[in-house]
Amino acid sequence: MTALPGSLQPAWLKHRVVALRLLVIAGCVLLLEAGSRLGWINPVSFIPPSKMLLSAIELLVKGSFKTDIWLTLSAASIAVLLAVLFGFLFGVILFKLPRLRRVLDPLLLSYYAVPIFVLYPMLIVLLGLNRWPLVALGFLFAVVAMAVNTLNGLERVPAVLLRTARMLRMGRIDELRLITLPASLPFVFTGIKLAVVYSFIAVIGGEFVLSGAGFGYQIAYAYNNFDNPTMYGLMTLLLLFVGTINLLLHMAEQRLYQRRVLKELT
Amino acid sequence: MNSPNALPTAAQRWGDVVLLLLGILGCWALASWFFGPTILPGPFSTFKQVRIEVSDAEFADHLTETGLAFGAALCISLFGGMAIGLLLGARRLAGDVFEPLLLALYSIPKIALYPVVLLIFGLGISAKIAFGAIHGIIPMVIFTMTAIRNLRPVHLRSIRAHRLTAWQAAVHVLIPAALPEIVAGLRIGFSLTLLGTLLGEMFASQRGIGHLLMRAIDRNDAPTIVALALMLFLFATAVSLGLLQWDKKLRRAA
Repeated sequence: MTALPGSLQPAWLKHRVVALRLLVIAGCVLLLEAGSRLGWINPVSFIPPSKMLLSAIELLVKGSFKTDIWLTLSAASIAVLLAVLFGFLFGVILFKLPRLRRVLDPLLLSYYAVPIFVLYPMLIVLLGLNRWPLVALGFLFAVVAMAVNTLNGLERVPAVLLRTARMLRMGRIDELRLITLPASLPFVFTGIKLAVVYSFIAVIGGEFVLSGAGFGYQIAYAYNNFDNPTMYGLMTLLLLFVGTINLLLHMAEQRLYQRRVLKELT
Repeated sequence: MNSPNALPTAAQRWGDVVLLLLGILGCWALASWFFGPTILPGPFSTFKQVRIEVSDAEFADHLTETGLAFGAALCISLFGGMAIGLLLGARRLAGDVFEPLLLALYSIPKIALYPVVLLIFGLGISAKIAFGAIHGIIPMVIFTMTAIRNLRPVHLRSIRAHRLTAWQAAVHVLIPAALPEIVAGLRIGFSLTLLGTLLGEMFASQRGIGHLLMRAIDRNDAPTIVALALMLFLFATAVSLGLLQWDKKLRRAA
């Protein structure tokens, strides 16, 4: 799914693609704006994008949802931290114990086939209706992606680097610090990126379906009260926020992979 | 660096499967014993509960509703995703323009947008279908597009040499050549479509398996929740592993 590294394309082509992409987005937004204002689509159920943005700014200035945003962010952050930590350890264990890995392989391959949200009711029963089922859901959704990518990264450490480590008679710690970790870093970072993405999806989804507070809950609440301006404002904020995080992570990831490719070329 | 490379024999593989199942059942029984059977019913009582659920008269209706919504959503994801993927894969520039947008759509929490789908389609089965299709179509598009882009040039040259029309090229060359990737995309698309449909049923719905789950939460009915979750687990895992086998077979043939 990775695209060609951007540096292989001529500069003008790259800029043309970016310009076209922005044009497509702008066109879609304008079309929605016109459609809603001119009444092609029902303006009650779908308010114009400009109003969505205004509503989002208003919500941000008033700060009425500060606690909900904070709750969602903290739940997702705890889930990401736990998932990255345990996912990494899990990946290392799987790498070190091939026998265990062979047994668990079918589970790892089909883990994401199961709609993990069906676990949410069980987690509520286990942990009570508070923030912890959300953290647990985010953790469960993210941890396997982290483990699989860690495993993938460790497997792809070039054999020549490991031979070099042996030749230099490095200790176990030095080998990990100077060879294994840097060489597998891009893949581990992909795992971290996925952990962030999945944790947010799980936490917000859980809040949306059943909870008493948080970003997802407020969107569902606004929907149930026919408060469309607030609902669209919250959605806009959410999409802008998650979109920005994803974009930053994606850029950092591309950079890591490109550096690795360049190193291998030289 | 020895055992993972050596292919395990069939007997070993079955041994692993048995080991895995025993491990899962053991962990489950242990957790049930730890939390108490009223909070987390153990494997044995859950199997009994599954039989009670399935024999319930209402269950068939709910299952049909979910099955219909899921089937329709999967069809839209599969064929719509393939069509868009073919288009974006064949047109290099269009593909470059849309790929990051698709990846961005893939990674946002779409559940938060469900109210918009509900407002557009109204309460009912069409909203569930739409929501399932929104989840499933994106991986189908991405996988098909990537496969078409990475085809060997000889395929494209033969299309030109035979002066195939766009339709003929798609049916006789592009889709067969990209089939392994399409199956891989279908594996992800399948699970995401199921997720989307169920999520749609868990929120503002009166019918379907997702609704049964939510109702069981309201009644604090742990055995039903675990029984339904188990059925979904088994269904999703079985189909996913089946598609995986198909994918492997196609790749070996290619």
